[in-house]
Amino acid sequence: MAFSDLLQFLFAGLTSGAIYALIALGFCVVHNTMGFVNFVQVDFVSLGGMLLYSALFALGLAMPLALPAAIVGVTVAAMLVERLGLRPARSDHPLVLIFLTIGLSIMLRGLMALKWGKNRMAVPPLSGDEPLRLFGAALLPQTLWVLTLTAVAIVTLLWFYRRTRLGLAMRAVAANPTAAAVVGLPVGRVKMLTFGLAGALGGLAGVLVTPITTLRYDVGVLLGLKGFAAAILGGFGSLPGAVLGGIGLGVLETLSAGYVSSAYKDVCAFVVLLLVLFIRPQGLLGK
Amino acid sequence: MTRRERFLYFFYLHRTGLTVSALTLALAVYPPLWGNPYLLGVTNQIALYAIVVLGLNLFIGYAGQISLGHAAFFALGAYGSALLSGEAGVTPWLALALAVLAASGVALLVGIPTLRLHGHYLAMATLGFNLVVYLVLMQWDKMTGGPSGYAGIQPLALGDFAFASDLRLHYLVWGVALLCLTLALNLVRSGVGRGLAAVAGDEVAAAACGVDTRAAKVKVFVLSAAFAALAGGLYAHGFGFVSPETFGIFASVDFVAMVVVGGLGSVWGSLFGVALLTCLPEWIDRFESYKEIVHGAILVGVLMFLPQGLVTGLVDLARVRLARWKARHA
Repeated sequence: MAFSDLLQFLFAGLTSGAIYALIALGFCVVHNTMGFVNFVQVDFVSLGGMLLYSALFALGLAMPLALPAAIVGVTVAAMLVERLGLRPARSDHPLVLIFLTIGLSIMLRGLMALKWGKNRMAVPPLSGDEPLRLFGAALLPQTLWVLTLTAVAIVTLLWFYRRTRLGLAMRAVAANPTAAAVVGLPVGRVKMLTFGLAGALGGLAGVLVTPITTLRYDVGVLLGLKGFAAAILGGFGSLPGAVLGGIGLGVLETLSAGYVSSAYKDVCAFVVLLLVLFIRPQGLLGK
Repeated sequence: MTRRERFLYFFYLHRTGLTVSALTLALAVYPPLWGNPYLLGVTNQIALYAIVVLGLNLFIGYAGQISLGHAAFFALGAYGSALLSGEAGVTPWLALALAVLAASGVALLVGIPTLRLHGHYLAMATLGFNLVVYLVLMQWDKMTGGPSGYAGIQPLALGDFAFASDLRLHYLVWGVALLCLTLALNLVRSGVGRGLAAVAGDEVAAAACGVDTRAAKVKVFVLSAAFAALAGGLYAHGFGFVSPETFGIFASVDFVAMVVVGGLGSVWGSLFGVALLTCLPEWIDRFESYKEIVHGAILVGVLMFLPQGLVTGLVDLARVRLARWKARHA
């Protein structure tokens, strides 16, 4: 097998890996502050693509405006989901909360199907589709966009957690919600903003991935589950783990599609995930 | 004790057995009186799902674990039994038994390493297992028929009496479902069941009290997988056709939703959760485009206002009302 093929597989793997990493980060951000898996994350991805589509074609915005508009839209939607769908819940049993998010996710998907229909749609890439040549492998501009914007998002997220007051507040709520409330932090609002942050990450993943896949109201489901798998692989709750897990899962998937069997690429990815969990039950970087 | 008190005490003492008997009687007489093929089709489906969900509730509700992969065992039972009887020429009953045994064996192999995991990791591992089984069913089309499914499965039969019509199937599947119900009701009140409840409460404390927590978890996992596989086998022979769509991760999620809506750790609640979530798509079909929204809204509504489950929640609510009423009129 030639070197250029390997390089091509690696590019593809890194692209999908970056998307999984963004989604995984969204899962981790919510889990760290609120302590449960938020399956609505899956639909934030589809919603990002949908809003990008509407901003481009219904509002007629240019790409540099439409992209942030879509992400802001998902952020607001995520905050509404937390405020209206999760905060009124009367239980703190994790399983009940997880299923509450699954119910909300079904509702959101229904709303999206109602608004945008169930047909496949196409979103244009961020800029051009003329591939660049690199050591015999083709590199699409969208791949560069995915990698760059993901890297920017990760760095911003780390900076946000380490250096801003809101990030500090989120870490405080994550460490001990009661103590955080005692020292005067508005825990409810911090949780809502955490959801917004997760929504922004999911929305970014959505606007980046839908030009590569296609856009449909349920496009986020499989992507989102792989993002969850990536978060678990890296160690649930660990941000570097989420990035490592995402990239690892993406590369594993394309390599097994390329060298083993494209029909069984997901089987390979999940079998490796299971094996890793059997050997390291807490994930790669989990505590 | 007066005669009336003795009578009431007898009822109270045997409430579970009497309820099961009443349910059995109702199910035995209902088809000839009201049964039409459509209704029987729905109730047969309820019986099959009830078998899966009863087992799953033992694992999730009583033992406090999580599985998002029980549709995989449902699939192993269905495809195992279908392929053994269709391709290997085994008689349907034997095929069903072998498929349940094989699925239990798989559950044991998967369960031993997987049940070391907790919480979200366990959810992901079981979900991953379900995805692997589903993808293999989809891709291995020489054997399983791939996405278009596997048809022409022989019905189960006693001599010339084949369980092929909805009516005959009704008695078969509900008979098995009631056996499983009785088994589950007895299990949770035995020492083993108390041990499982202890594991759910606090694993370390349970171990300190002498419960072999690892063995207890693996055992109940294998039991619930066997229930699921049994339901799968009955499904395959009952309907004569299986396709991977029935066994995807959404099916697993639906099973757990039935457990949660019915009430974690409530055996009777499981039956109710299954009945509600199976009938729901039939009722809300007329809202075609709002179907998913309504489905989601019901799940959200139940979990938001009655997080302990519909049956347990309503019973609690009634008890509180009654106590308040008594206090006011005392």
